[in-house]
This record gives sequence, structure tokens and C-alpha cells, in this order.
Amino acid sequence: MNAPPFVELVGLSKRHGVHVALDDVSLSIAAGEFAALVGPSGSGKTTLLKSINRLVEPSGGSVRLDGRDVGDMPAHELRRRIGYVFQGIGLFPHMTVAENIRIVPRLTASEAPDRVAELLDLVALPADIAARYPRALSGGQAQRVGVARALAAGPKLMLMDEPFGALDPVTRDALGRAYRALHDRLGLTTLMVTHDIAEALLLADRIIVLSEGRVRADAAPARLVASDDPEVRRMVDVPRRQAQRLAAL
Amino acid sequence: MSPALAEALAELPDLARAHLLLSGSAVAIGVILGLPLAILSARNRRVRAPVLGLAGLIQTVPALALLALFYPMLLILGQATGLSIPALGFLPALIALSLYALLPIVRNGVAALQGVDSGVLEAADGIGMTRRQRLAMVELPLGAPVILAGIRTAAVWTIGAATLATTVGQSSLGNLIFSGLQTENWVRVLVGCAGAAALALGVDGLLALVEAGLKRRSRWRIGTGLALLAAALAFAFVPLSGRGASGAKIVVGAKNFSEQYILASAIERRLQAAGFRTERRDNLGSTVAYQALAAGDIDVYVDYSGTLWTNILDRTDTPPPEAMRAALATALAERDGVRLLGALGFENAYVLAMRRERAAALGVDSLDDLARAGPRLHLGADLEFLTRPEWRAVRGAYGLRFAGQRSYSPTFMYRAVADGSADVITAFSSDGRIASLDLVTLADPRRALPSYDAVLLLSPRRAADPQVTAALAPLVGAIPVERMRRANLMVDRDADKRTPDEAARWLDPFALR
Repeated sequence: MNAPPFVELVGLSKRHGVHVALDDVSLSIAAGEFAALVGPSGSGKTTLLKSINRLVEPSGGSVRLDGRDVGDMPAHELRRRIGYVFQGIGLFPHMTVAENIRIVPRLTASEAPDRVAELLDLVALPADIAARYPRALSGGQAQRVGVARALAAGPKLMLMDEPFGALDPVTRDALGRAYRALHDRLGLTTLMVTHDIAEALLLADRIIVLSEGRVRADAAPARLVASDDPEVRRMVDVPRRQAQRLAAL
Repeated sequence: MSPALAEALAELPDLARAHLLLSGSAVAIGVILGLPLAILSARNRRVRAPVLGLAGLIQTVPALALLALFYPMLLILGQATGLSIPALGFLPALIALSLYALLPIVRNGVAALQGVDSGVLEAADGIGMTRRQRLAMVELPLGAPVILAGIRTAAVWTIGAATLATTVGQSSLGNLIFSGLQTENWVRVLVGCAGAAALALGVDGLLALVEAGLKRRSRWRIGTGLALLAAALAFAFVPLSGRGASGAKIVVGAKNFSEQYILASAIERRLQAAGFRTERRDNLGSTVAYQALAAGDIDVYVDYSGTLWTNILDRTDTPPPEAMRAALATALAERDGVRLLGALGFENAYVLAMRRERAAALGVDSLDDLARAGPRLHLGADLEFLTRPEWRAVRGAYGLRFAGQRSYSPTFMYRAVADGSADVITAFSSDGRIASLDLVTLADPRRALPSYDAVLLLSPRRAADPQVTAALAPLVGAIPVERMRRANLMVDRDADKRTPDEAARWLDPFALR
């Protein structure tokens, strides 16, 4: 890894009472990388992700974004520079799609030109959807709007927490690939939490496996598949066996 | 149209305005205090429990008791701070009703804010909203229908409870209900009830329209509802024009029975003829009325010498009437600056009365006889008598004991003796019903009860006002007891009832200029 770190985690810890969610994690993510965070439930994936935009305040260690400690700036200003997409989507039900997307520039009272049409186009949604309210959208459409809203402020970093987890497999696959294309086209840096190891292997450049709050493995997909760590093997064997059984049909 | 209905309808617009002004202000204060409290409570569990608990506790106090509580509290506060805090009228009613409006507003506010979907809040934080932006752009708009439902509940409660404001001397539609109940003038009661119900339904309907507008994001619904509510409040705030008299305003007090309403009307007529504007504070308790006069919350009312002697001066002796009046005039002027302008000419004494045939059957003529027969008899008293010093005096002097005793409002006390639920009642000597119900009054050979000459009292502010005293002087010595009894009976009888105002015209006929 020769590129200078864009996101840097140094000795990051998070404890809830006696439970340790993150245990002295250090990581660097380079600009332009697409990293997937995988691991079993409770392994600390979401805590790690939310420590970066300070939806979770760590108990110890620090996070640097573009060389600057994220604790040094007000949380809301930090978050406006980072795109955040999560399984719950959280579109504002009292606002139209257009208003949901426009709200991000509204927060900073910026005079930026209206990008609703451009952003909808970017996430492959028809322009006439702009006037609809969220309750009139399908799950896939809603999450596309969620991605468009996250991109509205023009962030360099995207944090995604099980972004496609609630969608049906076909929509999920289509949206995953569409997002990967966007990542490349816009030159984004993406950190995506997923419990679906196949999704991680197929979309990401790099896979970070967390277990009990520690980094268990950190490698490119091809190397991860070849790992001899038994826990990692157990994880990657699931999609591999499924693929073999599908091929044998 | 019957005169009673015409009179009630003539009073309706002003009373409805006062009612709307009071309840509107109370709900507004409830919202101004309640919403921040709800926001604070929704965020902080340590604030939430005590706030909701306290608001709930206030709600368990009956509205009438809450209103009654603020009169002495403001009185004490005024005395303690030396500020002139009006203890009667708008202020105590406003405070009590605002507190009453608080619970539904806070409770719904908390529920509204806690009910906002956690995913939506995570998104709000995630895109970089500050706490204030999240509140203004997400939590309040999403919670608005539930918050408004709370305001609706508060508005309906407050409009209902505002009828009770009459008892602390604040005009409301309750004036019609309370005075109608006292004088058994059901037309007034009905007009008052219908007015309050119509007001509550109207306001509730308009708020429902706004609520529906918020739910459906329909601007015309919100706009129409708010515009009509604003118009109603404007109607309450803007004083009616064309009231004529522009002179100083005199506040006339009255206790809660027909004679007091009639005399207050007679006083009003005299003052209006002299160019004053007048305002009424009806249904005041005996002690409250005097305190209100001494504090300047009312300017003039009629009280009775024996009442002042025992209740205000705490005297237990019973001097002759003239001596008592003279001593009262000096003592009240010295102590409170209150002026005793003069006696009206009749006495309204507490007398114990029985139905003639019942008294004859038991051989009861005097209180001495009553002491003998008492243990088999039931006493019906007015709401005050049993707690008054006179009762202790007369009970002690004769050793009175009864099989049972109950308190009634005056009208129902006479009903009770008429239908036999009470054998003896604490009647009023100027009451026309003593004759019309064929009651006999029992002699007081030991002179345990003092004399009760009706006297005109003026507040310290009006004590030396030559125009006020000149306007009221014609009433002094002008009302013999027989005339007062007939005026009282006009109002209290069942057939051919007159309103207190009509009775006042008959009692004190004079040509208006």
C-alpha cells in the first residue's frame, strides 16, 4: 500500500461496559479504495464504520480523515463531508424525493446549483420520481434515492452500512454493481459493511475481516479466498460451495 | 322572546369573548411552556419523569380547586412582595387554566418526538444535521399531527374548565351557568352551556382541520383552519366599539345568591347613570369578596354587618345594630382603608327556619325549643354557615345538636326544606321564600346571632371618590326589608320568574338620563 492513507484508524477501541466492541484496531484506507468490512454479528463492523463519522464516539484511539483528526471538528460538519448510506435508508417521509436530496445543500445554506436531476440520473432513476413521496417508492428505488442523497454534497468518502441488505437478491445485485460503477466513475473512497461475503468478494478491492473487535484478516479478494486461516476459510467456503453446487445443477 | 332569553343572549357575545380570550391565552401559554418542556423531556429521561409526573399531578386536582388555590396564593404573593398583583379575575384564572392545559401538550409532545422512526433520526444525524436542524426539519414536522392532537385536547379541556373561572371573579360563559343555577333560571344555564359547547366544538373542529392538513400536507386545510382560529382570537381581543360610556371603570362584586345579583345590578345601574363603565365579579365567597375589595380587585359590593363583624373582625359579642355599624366603619377604615358608605335599610340575618306545620307539630318556637327537638331533626345549611363563627356561637349558646346536617347552595337549601329532606334551614331574613314557602323563623332569645344590616362597601381606591359616592348615595337607606323580599322573590319563585336585572329595575326605579 504505497498511496498516502485517506482514512486512518489508530488504536481504535470502543467498550460498552465490560463488552468490548472494538479492541485496538489500526487500519489505513487509501483514496479511491473500495473496502468491504465483513465478519459475524457483533464483530464490531458497524461500530468501526460509525466511529469514522462519529455516530459512535470511540473509547480510545483516533480516526484521521485526510490527515485530520475527526474529533477536531464539529460532528455535523464532519458528516456533511461524508456520504452515509444504511440499511434503514431513512428517507424523510414528509419530504418529496427532490426535497430529500436537496436537504443536504440546504443544511449549509449553500448556493450550489440544483443537482436533483443529475443525481437521479446518476443512480439510474427517472426524473419524474423527484415529485414523489418516499412511501410511493419501491425498496430498490428508495435505496437509490438514499445513495443519491448521500452523494448530494459531493463527498469523497462513502460509508455504507449493509446498504442493500433489505433488498431482494436481483435488486441487490443490480444495485451493488451500479454502485461499484459509480464508485469508479466519481473516484470515491468507499467503506462498506456487509454480512454477505459473496457481495464483498465480488464488489470490493479489499476485504477486512473483523472478529470480536479485532482485524482477523485484511486482503484483496483473491488472496482472501486462498487464506489458510480456518475462520476465514469457513466464511469464504460458503459462497464457494454454493457456486459449485449451482454449477453442478 | 322571553326577557330571560333576551337578557342571556344580550350578555352572550361579551361573555363568549371573555371566555375565548381566557381559554385562548391559557392554551397559548400551555403551548409556549409545554413544547419546550416536551422537547427537553423527550431528550432527557431525568427531566421526563418529574415533568410528566408533575403535569399529571396538576391534572388530578379538580379544576375548580386549582382556580380557588391561586386566589390566596396571589394574595399572599402580593402582600409578600408589596407589588399590586391582581388576585382576582383574569390572572388567577389564566395561571390555573394554563397549568391545566399543560399535561396533554407535554404528554403528546413527548410521545410525538419519541415516536419518530429511529432510521429517520439516524439519517438526519448521518447527513450532518445539527440538533436544532434535526428538531426543526425532521422531528417537529413529523411529530406535528400528534403534537396538535395534544393541543386539541388541551383546548377542549380549557374551554370547558374556563366556565369555572367565574368563581374567581373572571367573566366567562360560566357567569350564565352559575347565576342561572343560583336563581333557577334554566334559560341562562342552557345558553351558557350551549355557548361553551359550541365554542369547544368550533375550536376543536378548526384544530382538527389543521391536524388533517398536517397529516395530508394540505396547505389549504392548514391555512383555512389557522385563519379562522386567528379570526376568532382577534374577535376576542378587539374590544367591541359603540359601548358609549367612556368614564372610569368600576368593578362591582357580588356573592352567590339572588339578593347579591339584584343589588349588584342596582349598583351598576346607578353607576352607569353617572357615566361610569362597570364590570361584574359574581359568585364570590364571603371572605373572598371582602379581601378582594380591600385589595382593590373589586370597587364596591354589599356585605352584611354581622358577617363582617364575626368573619373579618373576629368579634364574638353582639352589640346593637347601630353600634356595630359604627364600630365596623371605624375598624374597616383604619385597618384596610375600606369605606362603609351606609346601610341600605334592610337586614338579611341568618335565621333558623322551619315549615310552619312541622314547627307547630314539634312545638318549636325558639332556638331553645330547637335545642330540645334537634337530635331528631336534620339541618340544612348554606355552603358557608357551618364553617362560620356565628354557627359556633349559636350552637354553643343553645347547645344545638342535630341528627344530621348537610350543606346546600341557597336555592337547593329552600328546596330541601320544602320537600322535607331538611327540617330546619339557615334561612336569610330578607328572603322572599320565607313567606312563599310558609316558613316560620325561630326566635333567638339569647341574642346569639348578630344583626346583619346590608351595607355598601367601597374599596380604598374609591373610598373618597366624590362621583362614586354621589352616584351610590341614593341607595343608602332606600331599601326596606319588605321591598327587598319582594325583589328576591321575583327572581327566586318558580312561576313568572324575573332576571336579577329586571328585579333591580323594580327595586330601584329611577329615570336614566
